[in-house]
Amino acid sequence: MSLLPYFVAGWLLLIGCFGVVRSRDLIHTVVCVAIAQSGTYVLLLSTGFQYGASAPVQGAPGPVVDPVVQALTLTDIVVSATVTALLLALVIQIAKRTDTVDPDKLDELRG
Amino acid sequence: MTPLLVVAFLLVAAGGTVVVLTHEPSRQAVTLSVYGVLLTLLFVLLQAPDVALSQVAVGSAVVPLMVLLAVRKVRGKR
Amino acid sequence: MTRSARWIVFWLGAGGVGALIVLALLKMPSFGGIVHPYRELSVPAAIGRSAPNIVSSVNFDQRALDTLGEETILLGSVVGAAALLRPSKDEREQLDQDEGRVLEATKLLGYLMLPVTLIVGLDVVTHGHLTPGGGFQGGVVLATAVHLLYVAGSYRMLRRVRPKTWYQVAEAVAGGAFVILGLVGLLLTGAFLANIFPRGVLGDLFSSGTVFYLNVAVGAEVTSGVVVLLSGFLAQALSVREVR
Repeated sequence: MSLLPYFVAGWLLLIGCFGVVRSRDLIHTVVCVAIAQSGTYVLLLSTGFQYGASAPVQGAPGPVVDPVVQALTLTDIVVSATVTALLLALVIQIAKRTDTVDPDKLDELRG
Repeated sequence: MTPLLVVAFLLVAAGGTVVVLTHEPSRQAVTLSVYGVLLTLLFVLLQAPDVALSQVAVGSAVVPLMVLLAVRKVRGKR
Repeated sequence: MTRSARWIVFWLGAGGVGALIVLALLKMPSFGGIVHPYRELSVPAAIGRSAPNIVSSVNFDQRALDTLGEETILLGSVVGAAALLRPSKDEREQLDQDEGRVLEATKLLGYLMLPVTLIVGLDVVTHGHLTPGGGFQGGVVLATAVHLLYVAGSYRMLRRVRPKTWYQVAEAVAGGAFVILGLVGLLLTGAFLANIFPRGVLGDLFSSGTVFYLNVAVGAEVTSGVVVLLSGFLAQALSVREVR
């Protein structure tokens, strides 16, 4: 039970990849990539946690949780949202040029 | 491990599964928003208020909005 | 490759990755343990530099170079998305005449929450070194505050209040300000992004040196970046039409 958080993180990564492979719509694929990314946030924050410790703001009594992994995760969240936006913009362009967003129908390279 | 943390982790795993198994992207925007709130709750329970602030603004408002706008643009083409 | 071939490859790959994940995770220190070497180093360093919010201190003072890299990724993806979402040569922007109806309750809530959200966003940005918050979080809150005008009013109203070029210029200037602060640190002390401003008393608004100014720069950049991004998506979905 004490390894549950790490397995939840691994599960989120694998279920995100499963969604990418199964998807029939490119926008669904982009959202599944975002789910896979959230697995890494859960993993990072779980490694820094300590029972009975408080948030990393000074002035809190007692020990604090690890602040370095929180610093890594919070910039990661905002930046990956903009990368998701870039992927969605690509999907919109694909829809405009080829009139479909089904990945199975998009398998030719156009010269 | 406190029961609250166990429930929060299991809810996040279930929420992620539900988002992946939703087929329609316009419905996925709603489930993605709920998943963002579940993640925020988990981050607060893990004593990470900075990260929770980031996640609630980004994952519950900005990304679902962009998904819905992309769906509307692409709607006629599928 | 065919769909079934893709599934076979996926299950083989997922099986391998899953097995490796399980093997690796079994050796992790147990959840909630006491051994956190990064915490032992970063917390005293942050207190010594008068920044009570240790996460902000790590982001903008101790590892400011990584934040510069993340900020550049943000700038790059916003530029890329804005370029991809530009109307192409056979498209024109035509605003719909009929904007639809907004419920009165939505209008009231939107107009009430708009100044509140703006002030909360500014507070989160400027107090980033004292309480949980900072440039990244506050920037996104400010950007969503601007778009409450779209939710409560109309798209036409949003366009009038949000000239896109101002935000594009603001994003570039804020990104440049981060680098300039770093270069000033380089000139004065020989270390890029060194903490050169006076540290002040722990808990004051103008304390912890460059963390305050870098927070404001990142807040401005994230706000402008998200507004530019959303403006591209809104324009494509609502007003760009094909003209054959």
